[in-house]
Amino acid sequence: MTAPVLEARKVSMRFGGLRALAGFDLAMQTGELVGLIGPNGAGKTTAFNAITGVYEPTEGEVLVAGERVNGMRPHQICVRGVARTFQNVRLFRDLTALDNVRIACHAGSESGFTSAWLLTPRHEREEERIRQRAEEFLRVMGLSQRSGELARNLPYGEQRRLEIARALATGPKLLCLDEPAAGMNASEKVALMDLIRRIRDEFALAILVIEHDMRLVMGVSERVLVFDHGVTIAHGKPEEVRRDPKVIEAYLGDSYLAEHDIAAPPGEAGP
Amino acid sequence: MGTARLLLRAVLPFLVALPLLVLVQAVSPLDWAIVLVAMGVNVILAVSLNVVNGFTGQFSIGHAAFMAVGAYTAALVTTGFRGLEIGFLPAGVVEALVFAAALVAGMATASVAGLVVGIPSLRLRGDYLAIVTLGFGEIIRVVIENTRVLGQATGISGLPPMTNIVWTGMGVVATVLMARRLLLSTQGRALLAIREDEVAAEAMGIDTVGWKVRAFVISAAFAGLAGGLLVHKILLVTPRMFTFVKSMEVVVMVVLGGMGSITGSVVAATVLTLALEWLRGLEQYRMVIYSLLLIVLMLTRPSGLFGTKEVWDTLPRWLGGRRAEGGAP
Repeated sequence: MTAPVLEARKVSMRFGGLRALAGFDLAMQTGELVGLIGPNGAGKTTAFNAITGVYEPTEGEVLVAGERVNGMRPHQICVRGVARTFQNVRLFRDLTALDNVRIACHAGSESGFTSAWLLTPRHEREEERIRQRAEEFLRVMGLSQRSGELARNLPYGEQRRLEIARALATGPKLLCLDEPAAGMNASEKVALMDLIRRIRDEFALAILVIEHDMRLVMGVSERVLVFDHGVTIAHGKPEEVRRDPKVIEAYLGDSYLAEHDIAAPPGEAGP
Repeated sequence: MGTARLLLRAVLPFLVALPLLVLVQAVSPLDWAIVLVAMGVNVILAVSLNVVNGFTGQFSIGHAAFMAVGAYTAALVTTGFRGLEIGFLPAGVVEALVFAAALVAGMATASVAGLVVGIPSLRLRGDYLAIVTLGFGEIIRVVIENTRVLGQATGISGLPPMTNIVWTGMGVVATVLMARRLLLSTQGRALLAIREDEVAAEAMGIDTVGWKVRAFVISAAFAGLAGGLLVHKILLVTPRMFTFVKSMEVVVMVVLGGMGSITGSVVAATVLTLALEWLRGLEQYRMVIYSLLLIVLMLTRPSGLFGTKEVWDTLPRWLGGRRAEGGAP
């Protein structure tokens, strides 16, 4: 078997005295869709930041397709095949939708300024290739009509999709989506999850999704990781995780457990 | 498209500009020449600074120092090779060749200075970067002021009168083309991405530090060109020409024209150079009126005359018109 697309080994993240992430373990293969859930402040985004190089993990290691990426800068990790979106949409707001995607197509391109000035044939071909590629990603995300509009003028849902198009344009093996459905209504969320599944199949990617909405993430993921206070408290199939008392406790508090008398481990059940 | 046609398109603006400039040079009265040259030099300075401040969104206020490096280098070359003879070539041609070499040498040393200043300072952002570039700018000037071969505070005088409207005009064309082709290319878009959101740019695979340094180096090179041109018109180079005040003058042009707009920088540099000339008759009120003009403009158009717009956004295609999306430049 080939090396996993992503392998996190005992990754920990400390900020001074605060341990935001502890012993995070995860291996993902191409085509897998893994959900990452947990209450606010559980360390989900920290895990993303540790994978994508925004932070260097204090302990443990992150491997992308078998290569250790600890301490690399985010752009280097991106070139190795990890793309992401942000919790609070971070588009290039004053540029057009097309330019947003074209910029991501540039990832890893080695051509310098000189070829742009001299308008070399190679430069022209490259520009044309990038434009076609960018238009293709806009089309996949249903944004063809919006190509010439400034990112900041797009409706919120389209901004979210544009951000995904931009991430895809970097040519990733692993796509990390940080709360892609935040701020959407129920039907938009369902449509988005369908889209995410379609992307995974069409581009043969591994996708890691952070999501608040339990039901939603359970619906699309093959595996779910549950974080609480930086610790992975559960890891497994959605239906198993859903019944895990530790997960219910983290989300709903132990009074809920006691009241509903669910899944309390044998011997500890109430009277 | 064939290679020959591409090559033609790459140099076409120069071929068109050259006869026009020769014509202007022939018809313009002597006292206009200095104003036109000053104007062209300011356009080069403003457009090149715009690459850093406008496109890349980094606030540099040490542009005059790179101008100084270019000016001194060019001055050393032209004075060093004065009276050079190359075989059968007429003296005029040799002088022109030496001057061209001097300008290129000035650009080269200025870009080295840009690299030296850029690598440590571009890890900083915003106000911090501004202060560091200001500091480096002053350091370069003070070093020049204390270097014997550069004539210390008195500078170097008696430079050959090489710069005219043609040389300056070609410099302007080169600078504007550099900026425009950059803006419309994938490399330029990397700079714009850094301006828009550095964190997102980095996450999309753009080496933000690397591209910022490159922008800084290019900007410095063209400042060096401006310096070389200017001193061969006034035939004197002294450290006092390149103080913080000169840097601020250029920043004002960029901000006034609109950060990120090449058209804006060209127009602002032209207007401000002319305004300072026209207001000369008012003597002590000159700077008061100039300042008032700036205040009124900034109050009425806070994002500059042009914002980030360009003339070619509105031009038809065959005239080089081009919108943000797609197509050949």
